[in-house]
Amino acid sequence: MTNLEKYKKAFVDALGIAEDKVNEELTYQSIVNWDSVGHMGLVAELEEVFDIMMETDDIIDFSSYEKGKEILKKYGVEI
Amino acid sequence: MLEELWERPPFSMDHMEKTQFFKKRMQALTIKHAEGCEAYGRLLDNLHFPFREIHEVWDYPFLPVRLFKESKLQSVPDEEVVKTMTSSGTSGQQVSKIYLDRTTASNQTKALVKITSEFLGKKRLPMLIIDSKNVVKNRRLFSARGAGILGFSMLGYDVTYALDEDMKLDLDVVKAFLDKHREETIFLFGFTFMIWEHFYKPLSDGKLFLDLSKGILLHGGGFKKLEAQAVDNDTYKKELNRVCKIEHIYNYYGMVEQTGSIFMECECGRLHASNFSDIFIRNPKDFSLCQKGEKGLIQLVSMLPESYPGHSILSEDVGEIIGEDDCPCGRCGKTFRIYGRIKQAEVRGCSDTYERK
Repeated sequence: MTNLEKYKKAFVDALGIAEDKVNEELTYQSIVNWDSVGHMGLVAELEEVFDIMMETDDIIDFSSYEKGKEILKKYGVEI
Repeated sequence: MLEELWERPPFSMDHMEKTQFFKKRMQALTIKHAEGCEAYGRLLDNLHFPFREIHEVWDYPFLPVRLFKESKLQSVPDEEVVKTMTSSGTSGQQVSKIYLDRTTASNQTKALVKITSEFLGKKRLPMLIIDSKNVVKNRRLFSARGAGILGFSMLGYDVTYALDEDMKLDLDVVKAFLDKHREETIFLFGFTFMIWEHFYKPLSDGKLFLDLSKGILLHGGGFKKLEAQAVDNDTYKKELNRVCKIEHIYNYYGMVEQTGSIFMECECGRLHASNFSDIFIRNPKDFSLCQKGEKGLIQLVSMLPESYPGHSILSEDVGEIIGEDDCPCGRCGKTFRIYGRIKQAEVRGCSDTYERK
């Protein structure tokens, strides 16, 4: 699996949404499942999949699908 | 305006600076709420309060917390509300409802993290929550308990719940967690009463011992339910230390009406106002300001609420100012202590004006 595939799958698994919902439009609070509960699940999932540990500030800044790619780059994960 | 607060230590504003900063922000918030929330605007009208002018922070009106139970107080259009929070009132009791827009919700989380990191450090720690996972399951209506758990979870990793669905201490889970993180500092979080009832008691009664000597426990929610058992903050710390060797225990004071800008207990055992909040003590008879050392009702001021008029509220808790910018721990801001709820909590004040319409 490519990193992009893994990245997308993390959203699907953690938020319990269909794959076609995972796109550039997806932002925090834009769908019911990506609320603060979903967010913590998503963070845990991404950390496990990419074997990283994000800083608290990055967890807070992780506000969209696109922004997430930028943040993961800081941890050496190129999407 | 809040921007500059994110960049600096959370307890770094002295009296002079705070007075100036808060004054401006209070004016901006009050104008926003007066324009956005009809009921609040009417209240200011009835009080003949010229809200467009600048006032000292302590001269701004304060809303008794029970108003948030009785009325829908919201300063933004419905479509901007992303989360509604409720207090965890016991059944039969009316609960407060707090309406959050995206900005306020995000600022609450940021402030909470900022304040708490001061005591836990920047690094995320393995986190054990002394509660049941059930609390965060109902996501449509968010209880203060669930919101607290999620907010603090940002500071942890490998977040594990110590209690099962029936609120029973799950010793196997806890032991496995402690074993896995044997070498690390552990962050424990929970609500004051829950920890006592569902964590301390089973350990004490069962003569069980857990080694949490490397743990940092943060708890809030108040001692109200523990008063009947004559458990105060000192007893609480001593007893928990006895059953699990934990040394670092911090209490925090906060309420659902002002989530995020919590007041933390420092190493000297004093509750501290941060850069995000301030506190005043009011005489319950005429609501005049009390002096240092005088007991009265606690008024809480927060720089965060933008979507509901909760930036200045009057609690039903009795407290006393200990000092300002002079705590031996070195942090700025007012320090205070709490003496529990006022008897037969019924606070009359601006709410009477508010009801007069």
